[in-house]
Amino acid sequence: MNFSKIYALGLRHIYLISNSLPRIIDLIYWPTVQIFLWGFISKFFTLSSDYYSNTVGIILTAAILYDFLFRVSISFNMMFLEEIWSRNFTNLFIAPIRISEIITSLTLTAILRALIGLVPAAILAIPLFGVSVFKLGLPLLFLLLPLYLFGVTLGLLVTSGLLRFGPSFENIAWASLFFLAPLGCIYYPIEILPNSLQIVAKGLPLVHIFEEMRNILLNNTVNYFDIIKSISISIVYFILGVIIFYSSYLGAKQRGTLINMGE
Amino acid sequence: MFIQVKNLSKVFKKNLAVDKINFHIEKNKTVGLLGPNGCGKTTSIGMMLGLIKPSDGEIIINNKNLDSLKRDDILARINFCSPYIELPKKLTVKQNLEVYGRLYGVKDLNKRIIEISEDLDIKSFFNRKTGELSSGQKNRVSLAKSLINKPEILFLDEPTASLDPDIGDFVRSYIQEYRSKNQVTILLASHNMNEVERLCDSIIMMKKGKIIDRGTCEEIIKKHGRNNLEETFLKLARGKDELQ
Repeated sequence: MNFSKIYALGLRHIYLISNSLPRIIDLIYWPTVQIFLWGFISKFFTLSSDYYSNTVGIILTAAILYDFLFRVSISFNMMFLEEIWSRNFTNLFIAPIRISEIITSLTLTAILRALIGLVPAAILAIPLFGVSVFKLGLPLLFLLLPLYLFGVTLGLLVTSGLLRFGPSFENIAWASLFFLAPLGCIYYPIEILPNSLQIVAKGLPLVHIFEEMRNILLNNTVNYFDIIKSISISIVYFILGVIIFYSSYLGAKQRGTLINMGE
Repeated sequence: MFIQVKNLSKVFKKNLAVDKINFHIEKNKTVGLLGPNGCGKTTSIGMMLGLIKPSDGEIIINNKNLDSLKRDDILARINFCSPYIELPKKLTVKQNLEVYGRLYGVKDLNKRIIEISEDLDIKSFFNRKTGELSSGQKNRVSLAKSLINKPEILFLDEPTASLDPDIGDFVRSYIQEYRSKNQVTILLASHNMNEVERLCDSIIMMKKGKIIDRGTCEEIIKKHGRNNLEETFLKLARGKDELQ
């Protein structure tokens, strides 16, 4: 791994963001809207039903964590799509940078993009709704790690699809996370799902992450076994994502689609 | 010889895009790769750049098989310029050169950027976004990117396409000047026959994935009894296949 090249590719995306105020606003805008929306919905539930008492914190924390996953994944996809939109694909793939370095660079830059959007929204939730995601303390990092890995994995799968099917796969990029969200049990416990779907859901790290988040907030205890389980599942998916990305890259070389991929 | 291509073939599904081509390019020579659209020029260059996996055959660079070389080692010594690929539009010219200079591991990068930008007269729009430039300006920036690493092998795909005669002449003169001052082997794909006559030491003519003729421009013009390369190109492109 050559960190100078990883930095160079990251720099390309940092310049892209820093050159455009609308782009920065766009990064911050959507997470902030999410916080407002879920904050008010949670407040209404709290006031209208006993069942929902004390749920503002839980739902809003879930919204922030889910948005972190969403932002990481979308950032990874967006950075790859930027190369296609700008017809820079060939220049990138003839540069002396390894595929592992491209993945590392996109992975590291994705978290930067995600944090630019999410940190202001998370801070805004404190005075507006009295909810601080930071109250989770150190376990917050343990919840963010598998979310980050899984977000990058989804990004890898979507970019593999872009390599395999070309820019027409772009729409799937946007839809991928919405497809998994119902199975992730982000806002509700796993018991809500039908039995058959519970089995599928348990194969995803999301259920374990969000169940544990609820456990921490409601019971003030940390179940490290669940955290390790979610991290382990995320690592397995991440490795699978990397393998699929490599095979898509080799397939694209075989089909000759790397040389003229663009809008 | 510096680049040797042996029995190189590429089949896309059932379409034979490149059919067992053989050629070599001596070090520091410029060779033109000519042929009608769809004859396999871009596919051949793509295989030499490592972007397309050959179905068969070998590419040997400096006595080493391209497959046996480490991808990033060989790519650091190569570069490519084509008006059909672009640099990130939202980055300034300087930022693009910086990013690619870093990707190519260029030492003393700032000095190199200044040097190349003065040579190609791009300093006046250094801080403008690449997407806002005219095609002539973009073309020079693209050429600057392709020379940022002082490549030993340079692939040029129609480097002056869509340029006005003045800028086209500037680019051709610059390539000539650069070649005289630096050790560089160039493979030039072009449809501009004057450009090919001016820049190339020899040419390779392709048609339907095969090489149908090769030699110096004078040799080929004389062999086919035409007055210039343009007429010769038309004869070969429109006529029956003339395999050597």
